[in-house]
Amino acid sequence: MRGTAVTAAQLGLCGCHTCNLVTKVEPGQRDAVCPRCGYHLHMRKPDSIARAWAFLIAGYILYVPANVMPIMHTSSLFGAQSDTIMSGVIYLWHSGSWHLALIVFIASILVPSAKLLAMTFLLISVQRRSVWDPMQRTKMYRIIEQVGRWSMLDIFVVAILVALVQLQSLATIRAGLGAVAFGAVVVLTMFAAMEFDPKLIWDSQGGRRGSSTG
Amino acid sequence: MARQPAEIDIDALQEVLHERKRKSLPFVWIVPLVAAVIGGWLVVQGIMEKGPTITILFKTAEGLEAGKTKVKYKSVDVGEVKHISVAKDLLGVVATVELVKNAEPFLVEDTQFWVVRPRIAGGQVSGLGTLFSGSYIGGDIGKSTTKRRDFVGLEVPPIITAGMAGRHFVLHAETLGSLQVGSPVFFRQEEVGSIVAHEINKDGQGVTFRIFVNAPYDQYVNANSRFWNASGVDVTMDANGIRVDTESLVSILIGGVAFGTFPGIGPQSSAEENQEFTLFNSRMDAMKRPDALTVPMVVIFEQSLRGLSVGAPVEFRGVGIGEVKSINMEYDLVQSKPSFPVGLAIYPMRLLSLMTSPLNEKLNAEEVRRARWSALVARGLRAQLKTGNLLTGQVLVELDFFPNAPKAEIDWASTPPRFPTVPSTLEEVQESLVSIVKKIDKMPLDQIGTDLHQTLQSLNGTLHTVNAMVKRVDTEITPAARQTLEESRQMFQTTQRALAPDAPLQHDVRDALRELSKASQSVRLLGDYLERHPESILRGKK
Repeated sequence: MRGTAVTAAQLGLCGCHTCNLVTKVEPGQRDAVCPRCGYHLHMRKPDSIARAWAFLIAGYILYVPANVMPIMHTSSLFGAQSDTIMSGVIYLWHSGSWHLALIVFIASILVPSAKLLAMTFLLISVQRRSVWDPMQRTKMYRIIEQVGRWSMLDIFVVAILVALVQLQSLATIRAGLGAVAFGAVVVLTMFAAMEFDPKLIWDSQGGRRGSSTG
Repeated sequence: MARQPAEIDIDALQEVLHERKRKSLPFVWIVPLVAAVIGGWLVVQGIMEKGPTITILFKTAEGLEAGKTKVKYKSVDVGEVKHISVAKDLLGVVATVELVKNAEPFLVEDTQFWVVRPRIAGGQVSGLGTLFSGSYIGGDIGKSTTKRRDFVGLEVPPIITAGMAGRHFVLHAETLGSLQVGSPVFFRQEEVGSIVAHEINKDGQGVTFRIFVNAPYDQYVNANSRFWNASGVDVTMDANGIRVDTESLVSILIGGVAFGTFPGIGPQSSAEENQEFTLFNSRMDAMKRPDALTVPMVVIFEQSLRGLSVGAPVEFRGVGIGEVKSINMEYDLVQSKPSFPVGLAIYPMRLLSLMTSPLNEKLNAEEVRRARWSALVARGLRAQLKTGNLLTGQVLVELDFFPNAPKAEIDWASTPPRFPTVPSTLEEVQESLVSIVKKIDKMPLDQIGTDLHQTLQSLNGTLHTVNAMVKRVDTEITPAARQTLEESRQMFQTTQRALAPDAPLQHDVRDALRELSKASQSVRLLGDYLERHPESILRGKK
């Protein structure tokens, strides 16, 4: 049986999502619960694809205002100013702090957009029961999950600035609607990644460990 | 080990294990729905808020920054510069400005835009805030109804913004002076407006100003108003003395224009918008009578002209009737003496009362005018230099009647006509002083001195004689007088004694009087008896 492996599902085994206890479930059994922790047992996360899509689409929608609308209104003695994420990056780049510009660009623009695209790719590939390199896709998923939170960098910066810089007439910083939208995008993509069940990538492989080893 | 089917029906498994089979749309789809609503709302709001985009042409983009520079109307943000590029003809920059939504009123023909930068000019400091905040574009909504999207920015902020009530006027002057755009306009030393613009006339002759007088002061500008340059401190030193004119401290520093109504003419209706006026150099110039008609004259003096300057007044008994226009020098080779022809401008209009003739065509007729002048000269009218101010030594030309002056007449043949002169009074005094000194010089002062000496000597002898006489009186007459006085006193004492009440004389007199009384009584008794017995004279007492 070269290149094939028996999956837990084929053996009627189901891992608990909470305590990871592997339990035998009878085919046709309904409302199975984990004998150890009492949580509902699922072969796969319920409605995984639909939920992931829902969050992803919401993320896409909010991605537009997040980048177009200002995330920060700065009003000081020297005038009022509204900055979008991109204008901040451009400003940093022009003012010579290209490394800072790079960090902000990666964390706030590259990562969220990459995340959205990657999630889209994963969802579509799963729905089409693609057999293309499940290993790579799984890695991609892991990266998405890990890197997602770093996009909150901008939001933290804005939040800290807003809280600190309240010097009345001298200088005031307010968070813009863009920041809210951006925060929502980050959270929504994280939700989407959470809802997505990476096991689905492997389901279409039919027990084979990837086409390369198949 | 039985071979398991390669494909697993995941959905079937899910159905088996999942207790809640969803028939309808999963609840989670609310999330993108909400996101869509929010996103849609933001987009709609963005579109709604997005105002019109205009372009403004500036000469330079100094202080402008794409994405940062604001457009402000009455200090309210109404837009932002989105993009700056060099104009196609490379002679300026085009700023693309996105205005706020309801900025439609800006899009008219005569809307003005200018860059507000820190500016210290015209006595006012403006735009200091931009030192920190950076420049911004100021805007002023026009009144036109013609739509427009491409504007040409002003280089300096306009003085007058829309909605300011008042009127514009046009002034003509020879030079700019120290005036500039923004210099104030004064009326009775109250600041009532400012200079809006100035430019050199197209022909290069003079400068034209545009001024704006705020309401309600614009009503004080009438056809009879005079404008003058009130810049700085106007110190004039002429035959009338030293005169210092200032309008206000501000005008000293930055200049200004003042106006006033020419006195003596009744109330006038207010001036029209853009009415033209002449800008005089000083208040004195402005308030001079309108001298429409001038008669050129030349007077030739032979004395020193020290203190006489061009512009010095020509006066008739203290009333200005003209001014000195030129001072020249000639040298007569034949007589070898210098002479100084002084050109005068006489304003015959001011001589109206002198001429006792109303202004009419006759006055302008050359012959009549000459005849009248000649008549005046025949009666002794002469020009004379006169010290106008002893302190400054300025002199003026005085016309007056000198009935005793030698006969002269106006030389109408020369151009301009030559008016006869007499030497100045100071000169006359000088001359007579000289002659007096000469006469004194001729006097036989030595002889007079000798005579005086002799007289004094004889007077001295006389005084000696008088002195001796007085001494004699003292020694000879005084003792005799004293004796006489003593005798008199004794006589008085005797008399006093005789007259005293207890004096024997008194007593005797009293006795005598008593006896006399008795005697008279006896006589009366006798009389009575005789009356009753007249026969007793004959027969005797019975």
